[in-house]
Amino acid sequence: MGYKASFKVWRGDDKDGGLHDFLVEVNEGEVVLDIIHRLQATQAPDLAVRWNCKAGKCGSCSAEINGRPRLLCMTRMSTFTEDETITVTPMRTFPVIKDLVTDVSFNYQKAREIPSFAPPPGVQPGDYRMQQVDVERSQEFRKCIECFLCQNTCHVVRDHEENKQNFAGPRFLMRVAELEMHPLDAEDRVSAAQEAHGLGMCNITKCCTEVCPEHIKITDNALIPLKERVADRKYDPLFAVASLFRRKR
Amino acid sequence: MTVTPGAPGRARIEARTLRTDRWWLAPLVTFTGLMIFIIYGTVRAFQNANYWVPQYHYLAPFYSPCLSAVCEPGSSHFGQWFPDLGPLVTPPLFVLPFVLGFRLTCYYYRKAYYRAFWLSPPACAVAEPHAKYSGETRFPLIMQNIHRYFFYAAIPVALVLTWDTVIAFHGKDGGFGIGLGTLIMVVNVSLIWAYTVSCHSCRHIMGGKLTHFSKHPVRYWLWQQVSKFNGKHMQLAWASLISVGLTDLYVSLVAGGAISDLRIFN
Ligand code: SF4
Ligand code: SF4
Ligand code: FES
Ligand code: FES
Repeated sequence: MGYKASFKVWRGDDKDGGLHDFLVEVNEGEVVLDIIHRLQATQAPDLAVRWNCKAGKCGSCSAEINGRPRLLCMTRMSTFTEDETITVTPMRTFPVIKDLVTDVSFNYQKAREIPSFAPPPGVQPGDYRMQQVDVERSQEFRKCIECFLCQNTCHVVRDHEENKQNFAGPRFLMRVAELEMHPLDAEDRVSAAQEAHGLGMCNITKCCTEVCPEHIKITDNALIPLKERVADRKYDPLFAVASLFRRKR
Repeated sequence: MTVTPGAPGRARIEARTLRTDRWWLAPLVTFTGLMIFIIYGTVRAFQNANYWVPQYHYLAPFYSPCLSAVCEPGSSHFGQWFPDLGPLVTPPLFVLPFVLGFRLTCYYYRKAYYRAFWLSPPACAVAEPHAKYSGETRFPLIMQNIHRYFFYAAIPVALVLTWDTVIAFHGKDGGFGIGLGTLIMVVNVSLIWAYTVSCHSCRHIMGGKLTHFSKHPVRYWLWQQVSKFNGKHMQLAWASLISVGLTDLYVSLVAGGAISDLRIFN
């Protein structure tokens, strides 16, 4: 059942690099990561690739296959025709370390910039009480495996390196949304979403949602609801008047 | 192209995209669809004729409500608020800012035209052609944040279309009647309502803004219902756009005498 597939794999480092051609065996049931491993085992022993679970759960093997940001371990070879040349490149938004491995520390930096969960004053950890319906919405966001494919695909930073400083990216704006929707979080996150984390840069073109391997509705369920909350606070004159008279939520 | 290949430390890949699928198809279809609607809408808005069928009480949606003194007799169900301001100021122009504003600031249409018209980005992982990008942080795009006000305005507009549909159950001898036009208007107004209700601002107002659903069971229920529609917002945006265009076309053809309405009852 096996056949020989043409692969183009990007090899290089932060200074230089390019696409290298390979002809490599493919067997039934394999995924792209299997082929990369076969290359390592046969033709390119020093080919660098990051992976861990091979089950779409650790988020390590993010790369771009035929130009589309995907997990190497979750992309089946059966989705390609036998005569198709398959191009594998590292994620383009982050600095490359070697071959398919990129330095994703941008994302860790952005994670640190978000203040952590803050319970209301006086409530001790053993006393957190929440209803299931109140946490359900944020539970969707907890499915995130931190593959950073959304961060990589978002054109705000992918096409504009200079925006990296002022834009947290979809994954971390989603984190802000998660905390903002959390029934026990006492921190005010709405103004910070717009000012510190750059929510206004997002133009809701949904590429983050399109590439998310966990199928999280990032744009519909996190970013747009967060934009609406920002609009309540910053752009809605009626709310400004109303909030003088009543307390929030 | 912008900084992509040159940004320090990134993998050196010159191609704007390495995608091999037909990524340009979706923006092309969107562009074409919206252009057809814009051209049709412009022609119709300035035609200032063929919008009212007196014997069946069909009013074309582009001319509803007809609020100008130049409106054909019988077509102004809600009064004539505006005087005759010359041939360039046709009746649709008084309502258009609200209807158009609702669609222009809609979260789905924003995605559609940012991608298809402004190419920002044309498709995922395809570099956009602009050197600078500030998203929706500055004027004019920061104005997208007032979308909810257009949502408020969309409700009376949908109510007016509902009324137009109710009175379109009208036969030639003056009593009850149903024609193909009536059915088309029923479908259209249903899609308009579904699109309006599925709005993201509506979802937020109904309950999305809450952090404690458990304290507001009614709003939680409303939020759940709106969320069901909201999940289909893109489909509803297109379906209602097409239906409003076709309904208008049908009424205009009947009103102009090009075709005669297919009568089902009276
Ligand atoms: S929807 Fe917003 S955050 Fe997501 S990819 Fe598009 S611009 Fe980036
Ligand atoms: S939100 Fe989805 S695409 Fe983004 S990091 Fe998490 S799992 Fe990956
Ligand atoms: S190796 Fe863990 S997600 Fe692919
Ligand atoms: S989001 Fe589309 S109509 Fe409000």
